[in-house]
Amino acid sequence: MDRIPLEKKVLSENDRIAARLRESFREHGILCVNLISSPGSGKTSLLERTLERFPKDARVAVLTGDIQTDNDARRLARFGFPAKQITTGGTCHLDALRVERALGDWPLENLDLLIIENVGNLVCPSSYDLGEAAKIVLLSVAEGEDKPLKYPSIFAKSELLVLNKIDLLPYVSFDIARAREYARQIHPGMEILEVSCTTGQGLDQWIQWLEKLREAVTSDK
Amino acid sequence: MHELSIASAILDAVRKEAEKRPGAHVTKVGVRIGALSGVEPEALSFGFSVLVRGTDLDPLALEIEPVPRRQRCPACEFTFEVAEYSLACPRCASGETLLAGGDELDLAYLEVEE
Repeated sequence: MDRIPLEKKVLSENDRIAARLRESFREHGILCVNLISSPGSGKTSLLERTLERFPKDARVAVLTGDIQTDNDARRLARFGFPAKQITTGGTCHLDALRVERALGDWPLENLDLLIIENVGNLVCPSSYDLGEAAKIVLLSVAEGEDKPLKYPSIFAKSELLVLNKIDLLPYVSFDIARAREYARQIHPGMEILEVSCTTGQGLDQWIQWLEKLREAVTSDK
Repeated sequence: MHELSIASAILDAVRKEAEKRPGAHVTKVGVRIGALSGVEPEALSFGFSVLVRGTDLDPLALEIEPVPRRQRCPACEFTFEVAEYSLACPRCASGETLLAGGDELDLAYLEVEE
C-alpha cells in the first residue's frame, strides 16, 4: 500500500474558474460582490433599493440565484439594468461555473459593478468562491442575533455585515448590540451597516461602502 | 446541504489522479476539513458513501481530518488554535488577532494498491 500526498483543494476546479473570473473583473475594472443571507433577510429588497438609487446610465448588472423561479430577476429588471436569473434546480449555492456561464454573452467592458445575489442559505455559499472582490452577509432583525455564532464560516469570510429591517427593531426581541458583538467575536473588525429597505435608513452608507470598495479594487489595476 | 457536491468533487479528483496511475487501485482518500469550511464532516461521509456505492471505485474509504480555526496575534506573533469562540491571544491577551486558517477543504492524500 502506498500513500500519495496530493495537497490540493477539493474545489480546485471551482477555484480555477473563480480565479479566471476575478482576473476578468480586474481587467475590466469591475467591482463584483457576492450577497449572501438566509432566505427572507432582504437581499432582493436591498438590491431594489440599490438599483433605484443609481442614475439610469450607471454601468451596473445583477445576477440572482434561486433554486426555482425567475421572480427575483423580474423584480430587479424593472429598474432597467441587466438582470439575469440563475436557477440552480435544487442546488443550494452558486458556483463559479454557473456565474461564468450566466455572464456568457454580457459585454463586461460596459460594466462597473456586478452584484451577485446568492441562493438564500448561510452555509453552502460560503464554500464557493465566485471571483468576487468581497462577500457581503445580510442578517435581518427578524432573525436571531446569535446567527454569527451559529454560522461562523460566512461571518468570518464576509467583509461587511448588513443588519437589515432595522425599522422592525421596536417590534422584535432582536438585541442589536449583541448581534454586533457576536459578529465581531467571529470576525474582529468586521464592518457593520444598519439598514432599512422600508425607511431608507442606512442606504446612503451602503452605496458609499460599495463606491469606496470599487475605488479600492480598481485602483489596484 | 452541499456536502453531496463536495463529495462529488472529491470523487472527480480521485478519478483524475487514478487515471495518472494505470493499474493502481485507490483504496482510501484523505481530506482536511476546516472549522470554517462550511462543510459538515458527518454529512460529507454519508454523501460520499452514497456516491461511491456500486461504482468502479467501490469500496473507497474517506478519511476526514478536522482542522480547527487558527488566529495569529500581530502583537506577539503567536499563532493559536481557537477553542469555542475565544479569539483573544492566549499568550498576551490581545483581542486584535487575525484569521490565520481554518477554511481548509483540501485533498490531503490517496492510498493505492499497485
